[in-house]
Amino acid sequence: MKKNQGICITLFFLLFFNCFIASANAAILSSRELIGNAVNYDGKTIVYSGEVIGDIMLRGEHAWVNISDGSNSIGVWMDARMAREIRFSGDYKNRGDKIEVIGVFHRACPEHGGDLDIHAKTIRRIEAGGPLKRDLQARKKNISIVLFGALILIWILTLFKRS
Amino acid sequence: MILRPRLEDLKIIGFYLGKIILGLALTMTIPIAAGLLFWELNPSLDFLIGMEISVLLGVLLVRLCRTDKDLNWMQGMIVVSLSWVAAMFLGAIPLHLSGHWNSFLDACFDSMSGFATTGLVLVQDLDHLSYTHNLWRHIIMFLGGQGIVVIALSFFVRGFSGAFKMYVGEAREEKILPNVVHTSRFIWLVSLVYLILGTLALGITGVVNGMRPLNSFFHGACIFMTAFDTGGFSPQSQSILYYHSAAYEIITIVIMVMGALNFKLHYHLWTGNRREIYRNIETSVLFLTVASSFSIVALGLSKTGSYSSVWSLFRKGFYQLISAHSGTGFQTIYPQQFTMDWNHLSLVGVILAMSLGGAICSTTGAIKMLRIGIIVKAFKQDLKRIIMPERALVIEKMHHIKEVFLDDKLVRGALIITLAYIILYVAGALVGMFYGNSFLNSLFESTSAAANVGLSCGITNAGMPAVLKTTYIIQMWIGRLEFMSVFTILGFLIAIVRGK
Repeated sequence: MKKNQGICITLFFLLFFNCFIASANAAILSSRELIGNAVNYDGKTIVYSGEVIGDIMLRGEHAWVNISDGSNSIGVWMDARMAREIRFSGDYKNRGDKIEVIGVFHRACPEHGGDLDIHAKTIRRIEAGGPLKRDLQARKKNISIVLFGALILIWILTLFKRS
Repeated sequence: MILRPRLEDLKIIGFYLGKIILGLALTMTIPIAAGLLFWELNPSLDFLIGMEISVLLGVLLVRLCRTDKDLNWMQGMIVVSLSWVAAMFLGAIPLHLSGHWNSFLDACFDSMSGFATTGLVLVQDLDHLSYTHNLWRHIIMFLGGQGIVVIALSFFVRGFSGAFKMYVGEAREEKILPNVVHTSRFIWLVSLVYLILGTLALGITGVVNGMRPLNSFFHGACIFMTAFDTGGFSPQSQSILYYHSAAYEIITIVIMVMGALNFKLHYHLWTGNRREIYRNIETSVLFLTVASSFSIVALGLSKTGSYSSVWSLFRKGFYQLISAHSGTGFQTIYPQQFTMDWNHLSLVGVILAMSLGGAICSTTGAIKMLRIGIIVKAFKQDLKRIIMPERALVIEKMHHIKEVFLDDKLVRGALIITLAYIILYVAGALVGMFYGNSFLNSLFESTSAAANVGLSCGITNAGMPAVLKTTYIIQMWIGRLEFMSVFTILGFLIAIVRGK
């Protein structure tokens, strides 16, 4: 009995470490790779990385976070506690946190109406986001002033023509 | 003998074109105001420059071509087709200045896609686009859906007889009210009332789904504008998949279907005549074509095994189908999934739905339900003629707002436009195939462009050849205006060269 228990525990640890090491060493997959070869990755644990964009949508104890690697954005379903660790999400004024997700990829998730998504097991911030600097562009300002001048000129010419 | 156009013709065309351009310039005040509100100064400058160029061009045309004369049919048609080209170029200026489009051609592509309510996009890094530019992308769909000329008729043109010629030139054959200006204003009234209701519904759903309130109502307004005008732009790169919400999908389906209905039908519903919805031939045909094309899609998807549950299959299949049939182009799957996860049969179902479109006098493109109904009735009439005795008088009628007797002129008109659309779909597919794409994918993308749908199976991207981009731009333009005004401009150009 004890011998069997020992074998079970050894097997469990071997399996656990195998999975852990596999995940840790697995190459980060791009969204193109995942979407283009969705059949091959369906139901498998993968590593995906990218910038958090848009809203972090809390849904009870979970949350939807959309992560873009520059080519596509993929929805990641994660624990709400994980989502709360995200500081910045990307939009016009901010660069979102870049995070790495280890999770199960679904080609057509049965839990979420057939969405292509990732159910996160762990997430890790690999690069902090922050506000983007958007200085006023002098070139645009100058063009708009010149054009405004041209409009005023036409208006004055019209007044002369009328008089 | 072809008569060469006179200088007077050019002056009349230039004068009315200038007025419409001034109207377009005025619409750019909305994104400028939004830019200042959101404190997005560079985007506001982009629109200020766009507006200044538009005003300059408009004022020059109006001043140089000043005339009191009214438009004739040819001039009205040419003003309409040139207005859409001018809108594309002028609408593209602020887009290009944002730096989110690789070239001015790409910005023109998205601008025409917006005005023509198509929804195909070449924008880069959409998820970091400003509120200001995003608002403009959706506003041009709203304006384009109502019709650029309809805007001018509603707000900038005092009633004149040439108005009807421009109204018809913009692919609107039916007047809802006796006066075309009142018709245009009614179209705006309907759209604005629905805009408020739709924004509230989507905004509240967004907040419930966990979106920030400001973002949620902004998205709500944008999504409503492009759903009701069956356009298909969305503020985020994932289209409707971004929201991960069945409720959002259901609301957008309702809005898309409303957008696909005839404005005349809306008028009757508003005035209490609810029976019209069941009796009208367009709604009956719409119901039948949705049911049959969805059956094809569902059959195809069930063979692929891509979706493990019936609910997933229905949710994905039905959404893309309604989006295709209404000519909207919202997606809840990635473009590549059409070719990777969907089989040929399901793609054919979507192509069929895209090619048919919605109702006449709606914001949809494509062949449209009334024409399909007329052709089916004509077939039925001919079959009856064969079966019944030679002396029998075979009369076929249909209900479209009122009882209409089918005559040869009606059938001829429907068949000519249907044939023209089929040629347009195939022509674009041939260009797509020339660049190495498969027949089905090329036909899919070509139909999507020409029918002003906006669904993509992945061919449309910033890296595609310039010739293909130009082909799709021309298809979107011709498809939106339903041929006549574009044919008129071709005839006008021939007359300039060969006329005496």
